[in-house]
Amino acid sequence: MNGHPGSVKFEIELLVNDKSHHAAIRAADTLLRVLREHLGLTGAKAGCENGDCGACTVHVDGVPIKSCMMLAIEARGSRIATIEGLRNTPIQQAFVDHFAFQCGFCTPGFIMVCHALAEHRPKAGDDVIQEWLQSNICRCTSYEEIGAAIKSVLRWQG
Amino acid sequence: MTIGEAVPRIESKDKVTGFARYANDTQSPGLLHGWLVLSPVSHAQILSIDISQALAVRGVQAVITGQYFPVLTGGVLADRPPLAVNKVRYFGEPIAVVVAETEHIAKRAAELVRAEYRPLAYVSSPSQALKPDSALVHEDLGSYRKYGDVYPEPGTNVGNRVKIRKGDMRSGWAAGEFVVEGAYAFNTSDHGAMEPRCAIVEAMPSGLVEVRTSTQDPYNIKRLFQRFFQVDQSKVAVKVPFVGGGFGGKGSCQLEYIAYLASTACGGRPVKLNNIRETDLVGSPCHIGLEAKVKLAATREGKLTAGEITFLFDNGGYTDEGALVTQAAAVDCTGPYRIDNVWCDALSVYTNHPYATAFRGFGHTEAMFCVERTMDLLAKKLRMDPMELRYLNAIKAGDTSPTQAPFDSSNLGDLTKCIDKLKSLIRWDEGQRIVLDGHKVRAIGLACIWKTSGSAVDTGSGATITFNHDGTPNLSIGSVEIGQGNRTVMAQILAERMNMPVRLVHVKMDVDTQITPEHWKTVASSSTTMVGRAVLDAAEDVIAQLKRNAAIVLGRLPETLEVGHGKVYANDDPSVSLEIGAIASGYMYPDGSASGEPVIGRGRYRVHRQSRLDPETGRGIPGLQWTVGAEAVEVEFDTRECTYRIVKAASVIDAGKVINEGTARGQVAGGMNMGLSFASREAFLFDAKGAVLNPQLRSYKMIRFGENPIYLVDFVETPFLEGPYGARGIGEHGTIGMPAALANALSVAAEVELNELPLTPELIWRNREARG
Amino acid sequence: MISFDFQYERPESIEEAVQAFQRADSAGLEPIYYSGGTEIISMARLNLLRTGAVIDIKGIPECNVMAVRQDRFVIGSAITLTNVVEANLYPLLSETSRNVADFTNRNKITIGGNLCGKFYYREALLPFLLADSQVVLAGAGGLRQVPIDLVMNGEPRLEKGELLVQIISEARYLALPFITVKKTKQEKIDYPIVRVTGLRAAEGIRMAFSGVSEAAFRSRELEEVLNDTALPVQERIEVAIRRWPYPILNDILSSAAYRTFVLRNTLTDAMEALERRRL
Repeated sequence: MNGHPGSVKFEIELLVNDKSHHAAIRAADTLLRVLREHLGLTGAKAGCENGDCGACTVHVDGVPIKSCMMLAIEARGSRIATIEGLRNTPIQQAFVDHFAFQCGFCTPGFIMVCHALAEHRPKAGDDVIQEWLQSNICRCTSYEEIGAAIKSVLRWQG
Repeated sequence: MTIGEAVPRIESKDKVTGFARYANDTQSPGLLHGWLVLSPVSHAQILSIDISQALAVRGVQAVITGQYFPVLTGGVLADRPPLAVNKVRYFGEPIAVVVAETEHIAKRAAELVRAEYRPLAYVSSPSQALKPDSALVHEDLGSYRKYGDVYPEPGTNVGNRVKIRKGDMRSGWAAGEFVVEGAYAFNTSDHGAMEPRCAIVEAMPSGLVEVRTSTQDPYNIKRLFQRFFQVDQSKVAVKVPFVGGGFGGKGSCQLEYIAYLASTACGGRPVKLNNIRETDLVGSPCHIGLEAKVKLAATREGKLTAGEITFLFDNGGYTDEGALVTQAAAVDCTGPYRIDNVWCDALSVYTNHPYATAFRGFGHTEAMFCVERTMDLLAKKLRMDPMELRYLNAIKAGDTSPTQAPFDSSNLGDLTKCIDKLKSLIRWDEGQRIVLDGHKVRAIGLACIWKTSGSAVDTGSGATITFNHDGTPNLSIGSVEIGQGNRTVMAQILAERMNMPVRLVHVKMDVDTQITPEHWKTVASSSTTMVGRAVLDAAEDVIAQLKRNAAIVLGRLPETLEVGHGKVYANDDPSVSLEIGAIASGYMYPDGSASGEPVIGRGRYRVHRQSRLDPETGRGIPGLQWTVGAEAVEVEFDTRECTYRIVKAASVIDAGKVINEGTARGQVAGGMNMGLSFASREAFLFDAKGAVLNPQLRSYKMIRFGENPIYLVDFVETPFLEGPYGARGIGEHGTIGMPAALANALSVAAEVELNELPLTPELIWRNREARG
Repeated sequence: MISFDFQYERPESIEEAVQAFQRADSAGLEPIYYSGGTEIISMARLNLLRTGAVIDIKGIPECNVMAVRQDRFVIGSAITLTNVVEANLYPLLSETSRNVADFTNRNKITIGGNLCGKFYYREALLPFLLADSQVVLAGAGGLRQVPIDLVMNGEPRLEKGELLVQIISEARYLALPFITVKKTKQEKIDYPIVRVTGLRAAEGIRMAFSGVSEAAFRSRELEEVLNDTALPVQERIEVAIRRWPYPILNDILSSAAYRTFVLRNTLTDAMEALERRRL
């Protein structure tokens, strides 16, 4: 019984970035681990695996979720979007233009939150922006740059 | 012209799409995975470690403990085994590593390692550690090997002592009519880089050891592996992809040692060791703690006459870079002020806390907190405007440092200019303390800062340039891209010199010690100045080579040619020109014959004129140049609840020359944010036996979006003649003054002297309660 | 990473869920019901919680209800805090849920998880305690509906294997004047050192608390004190603090003394606000 490697594995299908993927996983595997280690999508980062930092944020049915706080098996039947599925969006360009990242490690998570915000709440004010973006931690920037980036996109959409 | 421009980071696209790879993003079925077993106690004798159950788990390749290779490691003082041997010295110290086919199996097996401990007395603070009856953290301190200027005191808990003796204290005290003294303290805390440390090591049968790691110090790993594992430096290849933030925490070697030993225990197969956040916070090195006393004397007019400073750094269980942090704090112990009579003792003290290494500011963030708080006490006692007091005493060309290093207008920035700019930036003249409606008060606190680029004496940087057939250059350098924007700045420096667009300069992103020329290490805000100089030197080299190649073809003298716009052209007739692409690998005539040679540029920069410090007086030249700055923080304080909001934070830094306005501003504002986060909320909390009670980001808090103030950043540009285009280091300086400025602002607002960190509402409340 | 293994089931009816629990329980798997799962994952990765069977209740239709029907506000246990905030059917509940954890965690955290988890803050419980809500529980013996006060006040007292399906509140409470204040050590994103929720009902002020002690609770005795108009408000508050039914916490977030200081201020503000909203 001692940690036998023969943990029961499930073959599951995950719909990630509009493509169907199959993976043999343990029920205890988090979505983050499966994205990174089974599907090779390493854009979502393991900053804490405890739901505290947001570096692993992805969209599940359009909703930003910390993928370390979700079992992969829970995500069956859902549409999952990761940073790798985002190309040439206004928010990505805004992050570049506003120097809204330095080391880049928290960036995929922040962009996923910002992108969802721009999609769902294009007219968001400061309170809502703060409410959404407080889900993540950035250690390099002053956050002002990230604030400027998201605001430029909300204006862009408005 | 690109110098000064806010050129977006050249690696931007990969960072906003998830394609930028960090150490832990390397995955392969061939990798083995390690899981660390950590000590649950802070100070104890290890009676036994039973690994039998863990070894029995299917899929486990090896379980090793300190006994596997009981070597003592360290940058300057070899006091730390990669895995604990015989005793543990801090909560979270690695005692074993389990290596298995998957991380899951490794973790499961690690849970089956059983260790027995006999508790020893917990050494809880530097002052307690210095008591004669304190338990010793290192009984064998006298036997440890030294690899630098470090002065441990065997039979005590002193891991290093640095002495500064300048002038004559007796006359200093005699001249000072007004004397103030303050005592300051804060616990150890953490860097909290978003990327937890990760190392992958493969010890191949050929003897080649390949290390892929999240480090700020790749080249030193070669030395350390030779020193401690007897691996030839030629056989150590260190590869560094993007690093997810360092802040000093990735400047020391830890996981690399363990992963190497683990690999050798598994027949040389590659082993990945990736810290979980909890391990990264307490198992790996952290930010140093401090207890300090500062005594200053001044004349009635406010002229400083004497300073007596005692720093007792809480270095935790091992010295690591903390021994040098102690030295760095000492060499700039007075703050950026002229004081002719200085006495300072800075001690690195062992305790049973997680061990400390470099942290952004390298001793200066800590020292300036104490000095700048004391400056405010002095201003109060003198009934003098604290801005005026600082202006009056500001260090200038012609003065000397505490280590008696002479200043001129090149090696020292212009502090008075910084203060002038800050004054209007923060609207100082509107008042330092303003009572608002209800229970709210607004207050401003100040801090002036300085920091020398203090590197090791034996330091240099290199750069190489090759060309593509389209005439664009490839630049290869040894600094690490840790988020500071070094690759972009280097591209700008080269583009400027070659008179070409930045986007056409290709910079190798990662570091590979087998290919990229050495840069000392990516610390001390030194990459722009040091590597930048090497890049300029390499640019001169390729320009000369290009001109030589072109001269033959054009039939002109090389000195009559210019390089720019992708061409080599005649300075008197730009229409006489050759594309760089046509001559970068020599020129081929239409008939197939050739002339010239392939162009490969090399650039070198060596730090000169630094000198070692005298062990008795500290006399010596600790750094190339001093970056100075003036900073301020404005708070809105609730006098009823003792809560506060940080409204504004301002920095004016003498950057020498801003190379990239965007990344420079980012470094300063981001640095301020980190300093404010540390000062306001960050510290490890210990139980009565030294266990860390907040080893998670759930409970170890860092500033989040919206808790940041408005950041005001401005620069002064007093050229550092040796720097590229005059640039000085600025990577740490935003951080340095923030703790003091925040504490000064809150002390004014709450009308109580706040001399501890972090500045939580409860701390302020407790101080106000005590005052009554 | 969670090192131990468990079975995972996602039943589509209450009966299936209860049966799955019993099956796993008799197999010695120590099953748990799983809804948002954030707390379970964060505890499991540190081995602070172990289970051999996870029964995900998010597929059960009754657990996904949120509506006001026939003067009853019905909310299923699998409704996320974000949905609660956005629907805003019970403003006190929405406002209280709004600053539990952070936004993206609230996209995952559910009412059921917040009420039944091991973390003792259970802030979303307070509005239900104040509204004399009823809970629908499913167990081996079928469904039962009981006052939430009976099975949740202070600490959860569900029977083994019982599933929290829904919480039902009388609609007349939903629009009452209320106050909800969360005080933390320093940050917005943190557990409360004091959470006070209050409702102004016809007969007087109702109050429930979390973060002050190792329990989320409503106390009739404290309410009597706080409603005792014979005493000045400040005195009532002092008596209430003296008669606090649980020890005031002394932990890494706050000392007991500072918590008491914050509690006193918060109670003062809350009482004042509720008095003002008398009309």
